[in-house]
Amino acid sequence: MTIRTEPPRVARPSRAEDALLVAPGQTVPGRARPRGPLRREGPAKLTGEAKYADDLVFPGAWYGATIRSTEARARLVAIDRDEAFDWSQVVVVTADDIPGDNIVSLISDDQPVLVPVGGEIRHHAEPLALLAAPDRATLRAARAAIDVRTDPLPPVLDPLDSDHVFAHYEIASGDLDAGFAEADVVLEGTYRVGHQEQLYIENNAMIAVPREDGGVAVHGSLQCPYYIHKALKRAMRLSDTQAQVVQAETGGGFGGKEEYPSIIAIHAALLARKCGKPVRMIYERHEDIVATTKRHPAVVTHRTGVRSDGTLVAQEIEIVMDGGAYCTLTPVVLSRGALHAGGPYRCPNVRIRARASRTNTPPNGAFRGFGAPQTEFAAETHLNRLAERLGLSPLEIRRRNVYRLDDTTPTGQVLRESVAGEEVLERAAEAAEFERVRERTARARSEHQGSGAVPSAPLATRPERTASGIGLALGWHGAGFTGSGEVKLSSVASIELTAAGAVRILTGSTEMGQGTKTIFPQLVAEALGVAYEAVEIAPQDTAFVPDSGPTVASRTAMVVGGLLITAARRLRAQVETATGGTFADTYADWAAAHGTIRVDERFEPYPGVHFDDETYRGDAYPAFGWASCVARVDVDLDTGEVLVRDVVAADDIGTVIHPVLAEGQVEGGTLQAIGYATIEEMKLRDGRYLNDRLATYLIPTALDAPRISTILVQAPFSGAPHGAKGVGELPMDVGAPAVIAAIHDAVGVWIHDLPATPERILAALGAAARPVEPGREGAGSAAAPATSAADTNRNVREPILGGTDPRPEGRTDPLPLRGPQEDGAPQWPSDDPADERG
Amino acid sequence: MNIRMLVNGAPTELDVPGMRRLLDVLREDLGLTGTKEGCGEGECGACSVILDGQVVDSCLVPVSQADGSTVRTVEGLAHRSAGTSGAELDALQQAFLETGGAQCGICTPGMLMAARAYLDAGGGPDEDAIREAIAGNLCRCTGYTKIVEAIVVAARPQA
Repeated sequence: MTIRTEPPRVARPSRAEDALLVAPGQTVPGRARPRGPLRREGPAKLTGEAKYADDLVFPGAWYGATIRSTEARARLVAIDRDEAFDWSQVVVVTADDIPGDNIVSLISDDQPVLVPVGGEIRHHAEPLALLAAPDRATLRAARAAIDVRTDPLPPVLDPLDSDHVFAHYEIASGDLDAGFAEADVVLEGTYRVGHQEQLYIENNAMIAVPREDGGVAVHGSLQCPYYIHKALKRAMRLSDTQAQVVQAETGGGFGGKEEYPSIIAIHAALLARKCGKPVRMIYERHEDIVATTKRHPAVVTHRTGVRSDGTLVAQEIEIVMDGGAYCTLTPVVLSRGALHAGGPYRCPNVRIRARASRTNTPPNGAFRGFGAPQTEFAAETHLNRLAERLGLSPLEIRRRNVYRLDDTTPTGQVLRESVAGEEVLERAAEAAEFERVRERTARARSEHQGSGAVPSAPLATRPERTASGIGLALGWHGAGFTGSGEVKLSSVASIELTAAGAVRILTGSTEMGQGTKTIFPQLVAEALGVAYEAVEIAPQDTAFVPDSGPTVASRTAMVVGGLLITAARRLRAQVETATGGTFADTYADWAAAHGTIRVDERFEPYPGVHFDDETYRGDAYPAFGWASCVARVDVDLDTGEVLVRDVVAADDIGTVIHPVLAEGQVEGGTLQAIGYATIEEMKLRDGRYLNDRLATYLIPTALDAPRISTILVQAPFSGAPHGAKGVGELPMDVGAPAVIAAIHDAVGVWIHDLPATPERILAALGAAARPVEPGREGAGSAAAPATSAADTNRNVREPILGGTDPRPEGRTDPLPLRGPQEDGAPQWPSDDPADERG
Repeated sequence: MNIRMLVNGAPTELDVPGMRRLLDVLREDLGLTGTKEGCGEGECGACSVILDGQVVDSCLVPVSQADGSTVRTVEGLAHRSAGTSGAELDALQQAFLETGGAQCGICTPGMLMAARAYLDAGGGPDEDAIREAIAGNLCRCTGYTKIVEAIVVAARPQA
């Protein structure tokens, strides 16, 4: 294994007080330079010339709209049309108009394109019928003239109540009972996270255009052209050529345009088929938030045995995710969540049990990190609590347990190469001066402690009003599809050398801001020995490009980029063998003489990588990326507000292809994680999102964003020809637990539920009532009624059966998370050691 | 209603309902689709344009309020010289390109207009002031780091 970090580790920053602050232009240790080529489509984006879906003009196009359920669960009785309205000027589409299967599916055939009359409505935003009209005013009038009649059914809104399980997994290694028997300390904790909205700034948008061959072309904002292609063929009963999918410039995806665009494409296609004109299905923000997929809420319970020196000896982890109303991608989200649930730590005795259940809430789906941010938040927060319990530094407990070369994961995977957990940990801690800052914050905390200016609050409100803290987290992220996923995908990427002498890349991998259109020509140009500008990239249009698999799972640079390098090397060898000269010098003449040739490269399994989907044993991923995040926060002691001031992020992504783009991924992912940790919360009532607008679902602004310093660590993966491992999702896994640890360092309380809103922080400090748990019903404000004792008592500890229970008798939290109890308030459960009052 | 505006330096006259959003007039009536819609309620800033020197959310401006005004959109930033098809990026756009300030690009036009208004008002390379100036423009890709860096670069006195 090689770890290359350039430049090599250097001395600490000169100004100690501002250890985490990096002035613009200042060189950050390890921050890779020089820059790669300029973003290929950058000038078009910067001048306004780039065409996103809603910018495309199709003469004569009609406007489409979706009639949705307004109930979480019901029987659809009828879709009535007001007879006073002139229906000849619009088209209406119902389930009866679907020529093929009324199904949109990636894993399970459970989701209809439109609920048929007599069918069951399963969530609040479920599509029931479609409308198209030549202008927006007529469309609005038609919408108002449709009336939906239903028979309400009782909804299931809590995944812990659901008897419908989409997927469940068990991962086990060693002997759990023996592990707990040798533990000096056993700590239990339950952690909850709610929905998170991807909130790409461009809403979902799809335009369907009828083709002369009876098929349909859809142009839209999307991540995965061939997912949509497959969905269209099935629902519209079309051939491979009749269904055509073209990606418009796409204004962000983050997983949110992996799956739902298939439904929108079918809807637009159905309307276009019926009215015979192009139909624009452009979502507004409200509809996009209401209807499209979110990050899965999860409840994660840890019971961990540890020796007094900090060595992990037993991990028992239970995960329940809320899949929402339909299966979508839930089984694979859950799988990734379970595989990452223990964190990047060696532990001989592990049992991870995970299940995802159905509820009558809008379906949840892919979002950057794909299950791992949920479970790694729990793992890291739990480990930080263990460190506190043992009197160890958060850095030290990680040093003692982090995976090293040749360690074995719970699935039996031996980490044979590209293991850089220790490297990212040390580099982040060093750059952030973690231990030195932590000493300083500890002193400040002890000065605050007990001065008692606020009744019942552990910390005094002093003139400065804020308390500062520093927190650390470490994470890992499996590169590419889980298990045998890449083998099943069998992706193809191609390079064409045209008779006119153009070198053209043909892939279905999409650009959505992450840099596909820049790094692909960069990689191919390098492999061919030609200039970056000499390599073109074909548009993502299923009529021209092969299926390179979906643009998800941080797989594009590693998997598809790797295929392109191999294809380029084959093309180069073919030309150089024939001409005897270098490719660069000879390809134009050779192509003119021989005509266009195309090299297709299909994915071959990485050598020595095997996974058994049945037993969940083997190499879950060909390699892992490793990330560490150190965050420094200020907590306002009067309001409970958190300001994340500075972040140091050290990420091992294998070989860095393009430093500027890679840093951009780390910075953007880190801020999404900080939003997840502090302000992003979907509130639900009766299965409906309450804050379904950008005025009420908040994401960080430039003023909320910390100064982020990125350190790129390079531990190449030998299975990929360039050694890249992917970067998109990795930073999303570590930001939230680092912030939560920093909040604890500042004010001495653990926040178990994300996000750490002012309400939760004040409740933890004993200054307010506890708000509703994330992902569950209620308004979620401090004014909300407390959850009932029975409600609070139900957590996923229940499935842990058998064996001795070595849980300690005393409380495990220095300051348990809860608000003051008033007379008549529900009692907190007494059997949970974490919930006992001291 | 008859509306007269100076749009990116070009005198423009059109007859549209006075309550039509400036955003729709720009995008649909004038074909200037560089200005984007992200939320339609003034939260995201993707539709930012410069109206008589002030950054505004064009989704919140009825076109009647822009009558007689000067409007500048992203299409008006690059220098177009006669006889060439391309446009030469201005210093701010060039800084965004080089620092990596644009990723998916959907917030970029609005972000550029907010930054342009800040620079035109004499704003300097002070990071806090820059963050304040773009606080009304949401970006979900970059974490703002490289956007701020780009504006710092553009704000520095040219050597």
